[in-house]
Amino acid sequence: MTDSALLISLAGVLAAAAPVLFAVIGETISERAGVLNLSMNGMILLSAMGGFAVTLFTKSVVLGFLTGAAIGALVSLVVAFASLTLLRSQVAVGFVLALLCRDLSYFLGNPIMGQVAPRLSQQPIPLLDRLPLLGTLFFHQDVMTYLSFILVFLVWFFIFKTQPGLVLRGIGDRPAAAYVRGANVNRLRYLYAVLGGAIAGLAGPIYSLSVKAGWKGTISGLDGVGWIVLSITIFGGWKPFRAALGAYLFALLQWLGLVLQPSLPSVPSQVLQVAPFPLMILTLLFVNIGNAEWVERSLARLPENVRRDISRVLRALNATPPAALGLPFEKE
Amino acid sequence: MRDSRLSNLLFQTGSVVLALVLTTLVLLVAGAQPLEAYKNIILGSVGSWDVAANVLVSWVPLLLATSGLLVTFTVGLWNIGIEGQITLGAIFTTWALRVLQQSGWNPGVIILIAVLAGMVGGSLWALLTGALKTFGGVNEIFGGLGLNFVAVALNLWLIFGPWKRPGVASMSGTLPFDRSLWMPIAEGSSRLTPLTIVFAVVGVLVVYGMIEGTYFGLKLKAVGKNPKSAYILGIPTWQHMMASFALCGLFAGLAGAVQVTAVYHRLIPSISSGYGYLGLMVAMLVGYRASLAAPVALFFAALNVGSIQLPIVLKLDSSLSGVLQGTLVLFVILGQGVRARLIKKSKEEA
Repeated sequence: MTDSALLISLAGVLAAAAPVLFAVIGETISERAGVLNLSMNGMILLSAMGGFAVTLFTKSVVLGFLTGAAIGALVSLVVAFASLTLLRSQVAVGFVLALLCRDLSYFLGNPIMGQVAPRLSQQPIPLLDRLPLLGTLFFHQDVMTYLSFILVFLVWFFIFKTQPGLVLRGIGDRPAAAYVRGANVNRLRYLYAVLGGAIAGLAGPIYSLSVKAGWKGTISGLDGVGWIVLSITIFGGWKPFRAALGAYLFALLQWLGLVLQPSLPSVPSQVLQVAPFPLMILTLLFVNIGNAEWVERSLARLPENVRRDISRVLRALNATPPAALGLPFEKE
Repeated sequence: MRDSRLSNLLFQTGSVVLALVLTTLVLLVAGAQPLEAYKNIILGSVGSWDVAANVLVSWVPLLLATSGLLVTFTVGLWNIGIEGQITLGAIFTTWALRVLQQSGWNPGVIILIAVLAGMVGGSLWALLTGALKTFGGVNEIFGGLGLNFVAVALNLWLIFGPWKRPGVASMSGTLPFDRSLWMPIAEGSSRLTPLTIVFAVVGVLVVYGMIEGTYFGLKLKAVGKNPKSAYILGIPTWQHMMASFALCGLFAGLAGAVQVTAVYHRLIPSISSGYGYLGLMVAMLVGYRASLAAPVALFFAALNVGSIQLPIVLKLDSSLSGVLQGTLVLFVILGQGVRARLIKKSKEEA
């Protein structure tokens, strides 16, 4: 493989990670506010189908993306209403919606399967695209991929460097304290759940209008992505940059699976396609194992210097969820 | 008390009606004739003895999965990994059949061993999720989901690798087993095996009896209601969680074994057929109580089988059954929420 071919492939990895990134960032915002949106898998499929359908009929890519965001917002609104207003289990409602939205997308998308709609085109950025290496890698992408780069910085800045971001962290970690400080906890949770849903809803059209353009029903290859998104959110420790790292790792692994296929003829292609998923569990294990009691106990028995090194590694990997994730907040 | 029962019934009926209304709207959006579609589903599930038998064939694994899930739900666990546990059950059963098919033993004994192997396989896979949760701090939902994908990969690898058909491997699965290794099929039917129905009925009765009538069941409930106070009262929490994972895995593994020995007679890529996820829906719909599991599972199985003909007859996707099941569960959950809210309000006013 020549250098430029490799660069173009890696640029493709960045583009393939864009939808995952949008979904993970959206879920991160929602979970930071305390709302676990388990419907992600169905939501991405439904917004992919819906966005594709609208673009097919209106010939407008922009309307397709708006539809995707609207579907994401609407599904999240149902999760928020069921959990915040009706105090139902977020896991139960999210799971039902994950299956319901998936079947809905297959059912409603049946007549438009395999049709050709306008798709998002690449927009090289003038001058910057001439840069050696970086030009091919970063500046020969489509608009959504550029936005995915910006989104990570933007959301990181919002969560950790602004006053509303502080409140966002507060309502997910210590809702009672945030309430005492004057935050309308449930209204803000609604807001961030729906906002996060709208951002995550863009992931669907990014697939169906760009990365995997078209709608092919059950063989669209999108079933399962949403579950990975939820794992990456945990891997990301509810921090945008670490979440982005997870999304790029996942896209890289999927690409490696495709590249390695010819050199591993004995392994069926279907196996390599799911290879990133087992790796996700392993990472989840590393991220979580520091929280387990027996690890702390066995660490305590080790000599001081070894113990310090191991616990430093574990702490770096460790991720602690927002303390009130999934729990309802009721003012007394 | 009577009043609350009545209002409960009212809300349940209202939820079902709303689910039907929404599904009808979906059908109208798709440009279909709703009544035609519903008629097709009903005819497709009870229109003849043959399709009704197919409903029972799909009822068995669904009820087995639901029964297992009732155990994990009792201790407050979300065993999403059940899909993988069904798959591993099927893999272990296939493995036992492959090893023993040339042994010359009595076929009945071979089938029995194979079914037991499937139950062990499902249980081991469930214990893996439990171990990840207990010793690794990995939430059972994400550990289970990950292991589902691993199970799919393992299954595909076996079908396309070591266990492939002579000649060329294909998505249609491994070579079917000899007829002597099939579970006995009822006279005059093409697929119905009475023995598996016995499994399903005994299974749900065992779960009901265990949860409602034994000390062990009481302890499981205590852990599910409040793990901390159960622990203080001397009920070891994680051991009971592991036990319930193991039990659920036995049921899931049995469902997988049934799929191999009684339904497909071979290993196929989608051997779990989504019964695990559907079982979660049934368990949610019956409010995690065993008493209603059998009829609701039968209804869901009927919807699944009834919609198989939709693509051929009406050019509609068969996922319509999933839409109807999903809206049904969603509206029942929402309805319960609305009712709880109204009760709370009227209490506050009183």
